[in-house]
Amino acid sequence: MEKLTLHSGLVAPLDRANVDTDAIIPKQYLKSIKRTGYGPALFDAWRYLDHGEPGMDHAKRPLNAEFVLNQDRYRGASILLARSNFGCGSSREHAPWALLEYGFRCVIAPSFADIFYGNCFKNGVLPVVLKEAEVDRLFHECAAFPGFRLTLDLDKQRIATLDGALSYGFDVDAFRKYCLLNGLDDIGLTLRHADKIRAFETGRRERFPWAFG
Amino acid sequence: MAQTLYDKLWDSHLVHVEQDGTALLYIDRHLVHEVTSPQAFEGLKIAGRKPWRIDSVVATADHNTPTTDWDKGMPGIQDTIARLQIETLDSNIREYGAKVYFPFLDKRQGIVHVIGPENGATLPGMTVVCGDSHTSTHGAFGCLAFGVGTSEVEHVLATQCLVSRKMKNMRVNVDGVVGPGVTGKDIILAIIGRIGTSGGTGYAIEFAGSAIRALSMEGRMTVCNMAVEAGARAGMIAVDDTTIDYLKGRPFAPSGKGWDEAVVYWRTLKSDADAKFDHEITLDAAAIRPQVTWGTSPEMVVAVDGTVPDPDKEKDSVRREGMERALSYMGLKPRTPVTDITLDKVFIGSCTNSRIEDLRAAAAVVKGRRIAKSIRLALVVPGSGPVKAQAEREGLDKIFVAAGFEWREPGCSMCLAMNADFLQPEERCAATSNRNFEGRQGDRSRTHLVSPAMAAAAAIAGHFVDVSRTN
Repeated sequence: MEKLTLHSGLVAPLDRANVDTDAIIPKQYLKSIKRTGYGPALFDAWRYLDHGEPGMDHAKRPLNAEFVLNQDRYRGASILLARSNFGCGSSREHAPWALLEYGFRCVIAPSFADIFYGNCFKNGVLPVVLKEAEVDRLFHECAAFPGFRLTLDLDKQRIATLDGALSYGFDVDAFRKYCLLNGLDDIGLTLRHADKIRAFETGRRERFPWAFG
Repeated sequence: MAQTLYDKLWDSHLVHVEQDGTALLYIDRHLVHEVTSPQAFEGLKIAGRKPWRIDSVVATADHNTPTTDWDKGMPGIQDTIARLQIETLDSNIREYGAKVYFPFLDKRQGIVHVIGPENGATLPGMTVVCGDSHTSTHGAFGCLAFGVGTSEVEHVLATQCLVSRKMKNMRVNVDGVVGPGVTGKDIILAIIGRIGTSGGTGYAIEFAGSAIRALSMEGRMTVCNMAVEAGARAGMIAVDDTTIDYLKGRPFAPSGKGWDEAVVYWRTLKSDADAKFDHEITLDAAAIRPQVTWGTSPEMVVAVDGTVPDPDKEKDSVRREGMERALSYMGLKPRTPVTDITLDKVFIGSCTNSRIEDLRAAAAVVKGRRIAKSIRLALVVPGSGPVKAQAEREGLDKIFVAAGFEWREPGCSMCLAMNADFLQPEERCAATSNRNFEGRQGDRSRTHLVSPAMAAAAAIAGHFVDVSRTN
């Protein structure tokens, strides 16, 4: 996993609530057995005017000019500003894979669906929960100022405008933060407790043999 | 201290807890399917790791599999990308093993959330995970069951544990007796209508109350299945006689003395009388009407005798714009009576409603009738091979076929439309599945979520009808 410490980037606003993972990456792309190749299909149904299928040359597809990510001012955005319950629905990890491959390192929203939230951390994408009013303010700033950028400091748990005029703190679990700051694979961390897992398993098997049947 | 059911399940699986509350949770059962596992097996391979306890794995191919042309075997899968994914699961299981694998074409193959319970591979007191959000289904058995992403699939394969944080406790009580024609599906849709699609975010929801206890295991699975549509990663229901009666004699359930000992423990799997919940709500079962979703989120739901809502009456601007966008997508006008909505297709199936009880309920409505001329396709997709065989023993397939339905092979099918079963743009479908998102059943598809009886009645009439007032 690519680590995330400090990041400064252009902000793109996606002004709708309950953006589900089917919208983030449609099911036809889930047939792939790879971890890559999803970026060009991010928000596929909103981003293109035609129907997308795996294997297409996405660069040749007709773009929906109205979709926010297709507007020149948001080209190269790496921070996605979103509304509540972002990432709801399917548990597909292809959603953060697609966001990351497109170039997003951070998604800001008033709330996230639980599974998506966890999946982001596994892939070096930071989901930042801010208060509804703070998110509203960022939507206004984003609309008012072309080129609106934010700087993210994961260690300090703050996200701020470049001039520091707006600066918001956010919460993040210590363990997830540690993994993301250091780009750590948490399987390796878990296996440091292998003896404990083995001991737990032995005890459980004795007590509840049916759970191992 | 008094504990909730969730507290008990959580505590009994704790391997290790960090200072910040991050926990290692032991996983008893790992359900695996073709779509979210290939990258996990690949990760394992690249890192040179071995599966920790491969006999925790129960695997099947369901999302991508076709529901027709099974006589042609694997070459019958026209979509070569889908076929490769199914073959990749075959080869991963060949290489690593599994407790049991029901591959494509196997007579016990089926939707992962149907085969777990029907084989007794899902048991009370277990932790059950799967790379699929509808894993919440298994909570109906008094276990802690939730969906995970592919990285977590790999994590469980490699360590038999998940790095987790405890969720908060919510209880949803549904008290009283439901009226005629009101099912588990209507109960859960009514709950989602009440608390919204993020109402359960951060919580494990326990469903309780007399109307929940009165449900069969099939009905309870339907309710827990859609806990995730209310935002809760896990839904659960306490163990009682209904749970135990369902499990007795299932292939992987214990037997003899082992069964008796297990049952003694399983009966403790309920919230203590004075357990505290962080949030609790109560619904009156008698007030729940058959439900129909009108929009592009499961929370956009009304009673069948209601009307499509009017965004002009919504004060919150984000919500209002969401409603307007949904109405435009769905091709619906505000204040349209739900029973005036006409359908093009009908889908009976999915991990929400493809079990034998669901097929019986739909067949009871259909029996001796024909689908409306305006219905282009009405599909019944049983949840598993055993469900299909049971339905055929009962003659349900003949009832459906005589009425003009197509009787298909098991799988996820048109719920997520990854295989060849999908809607054409702007086609409108009454579906017994769980998600009405934009594009869910195909590009620009229009989905209305309903119970099996409601879907069947809509197929006959060509538009929604109130099943509580017919028959």
